[in-house]
Amino acid sequence: MLEIKNLVKIFNKGTINERVALNGVNLTLNDGDFVTVIGGNGAGKSTILNAVAGVWPVDEGSIVLNGHDITGLPEYKRAKYIGRVFQDPMMGTAATMQIEENLALAARRGQSRGLKRGITAVERAGFREQLASLDLGLEDRLTSKVGLLSGGQRQAVTLLMASLKKPDLLLLDEHTAALDPKTAKKVLEISENIIKEHNLTALMVTHNMKDAIAHGNRLIMMSEGKIIYDVSGEEKKNLQVSDLLQKFEEAGNDEVNDSMVLS
Amino acid sequence: MISLLHALPGSVAQGLIWGILAISVFLTFKVLDYADMTVDGSFCTGGATTVMVMLSGQNVYVALLCGVLAGMLAGYVTGLLHTMLKIPPILSGILTQLGLYSVNLAIMGKSNQAISVDQYALLVSLRFINYSILMSVIIVAVIIFILYQFFGSEIGSAIRATGCNQNMARAQGINTGRCIRIGLVVSNGLTAFAGGLYAQYQGNADVNAGRGAIVIGLAAVIIGEVIFGTRHNFALRMAFSVVGAIIYYIVIAIVLQLGLPSTFLKLLSAVLVAVFLGIPAIQGYLGIKSSKN
Repeated sequence: MLEIKNLVKIFNKGTINERVALNGVNLTLNDGDFVTVIGGNGAGKSTILNAVAGVWPVDEGSIVLNGHDITGLPEYKRAKYIGRVFQDPMMGTAATMQIEENLALAARRGQSRGLKRGITAVERAGFREQLASLDLGLEDRLTSKVGLLSGGQRQAVTLLMASLKKPDLLLLDEHTAALDPKTAKKVLEISENIIKEHNLTALMVTHNMKDAIAHGNRLIMMSEGKIIYDVSGEEKKNLQVSDLLQKFEEAGNDEVNDSMVLS
Repeated sequence: MISLLHALPGSVAQGLIWGILAISVFLTFKVLDYADMTVDGSFCTGGATTVMVMLSGQNVYVALLCGVLAGMLAGYVTGLLHTMLKIPPILSGILTQLGLYSVNLAIMGKSNQAISVDQYALLVSLRFINYSILMSVIIVAVIIFILYQFFGSEIGSAIRATGCNQNMARAQGINTGRCIRIGLVVSNGLTAFAGGLYAQYQGNADVNAGRGAIVIGLAAVIIGEVIFGTRHNFALRMAFSVVGAIIYYIVIAIVLQLGLPSTFLKLLSAVLVAVFLGIPAIQGYLGIKSSKN
């Protein structure tokens, strides 16, 4: 369970560029919740994910994950509980290292690292199997450098890495936004499968309203650093893009862009 | 020509010793992606400590170990300056290097301390070049083997990931600050070891011994990469840096034979490195596509 209480984040505090990115966000995720997050540019979608991941300290509020107060923990320590996939496909993997080396790094997330071998033969066999389940032909390329893979393949590998050690929380930050529509669909499918298979609790930011409706059991909409709409269950299933657009307008959000509606 | 052939074994011996430094530069510049300038100071620290400990009556192994530990400490200081105090990488190294100049003088008590191969059991010496080459080859092989094992370990992989992509590393639970510190400790320990060998080879430790070491190390790494490419396994890439250092010293010997005053050696080194580092950009201006990558 993730409990976010009164979270405030102000960028460039005390300067002329001061911007309140999170303005007192309260959010509770139950175990197994798959929540999609939508909102306009600067609404605070990615900011809330980064706050939970610990990219920088927050100004106020608390973040409690499965009973652990992680508000003050550095990013690398929170990684023990959290799996992440970024918008930029280059960001989630080490390009100059092999696929299996990347997976081996991820398999040790949250463990102390010593002088034992960085990867074992048993692990290698397991990785081959798990890569095969992605259905991208990567199982025969264990020793290829990740930098040789396409953006979609890299996101798929990053997804696998995020779930190798079952995380208490999976954060997907517009992880299909940089991909072509066909690849984006495939990566979303893989995400859905991984979340279902491991029964993960997940937060997925997306720019695409249709995706936000089609995936997950709950949807939240953000505007100006606050959650303005939170819908789940049957009500969410019956949502239409037009409903969301109306909500956007009610919030005084006139910057709905084409990519959020079309695709 | 005869005198060049005469100088060749000496160049190979020097190249092998500086090759150890080249490996250390390869580790910081290429693996950790950290432009570490500490080596200009820690090279001399290694030499100074090794010589002084030997003069105090310890054997060469104890002395080298002390030198390595001193170098590791220097690397740790640079690491702390960068990771704790958030000072940029290059400046962190320059600060440590500057401070080490005083430290090195303090260790030696004066600017130069001689150690004679006649009175002390040294591992290498320019008086016995063939023996020195054999010893150096063995030492280099052992170092490459140990480093290959280390960078294949869990912590070694974490250091490589940190050098490649810090965002990814942190997301996988890797303490990137710690990895940078360990990387600098390993690299500067290695540099100090090279400094300790070099002092034995020369028969003295000199406070100016490390000046420009970073450029020579970088030249060696780049020469290795230009000739052999970068698509090799980790052990080979380290070995190619050593070969690069040997080639560097052979080229220096040739240039000296051709009549270049030794005063201009450092200028030549700087120009060589600048040209090699600039090759991709120069090719770009000339409209030539790079054959690599």
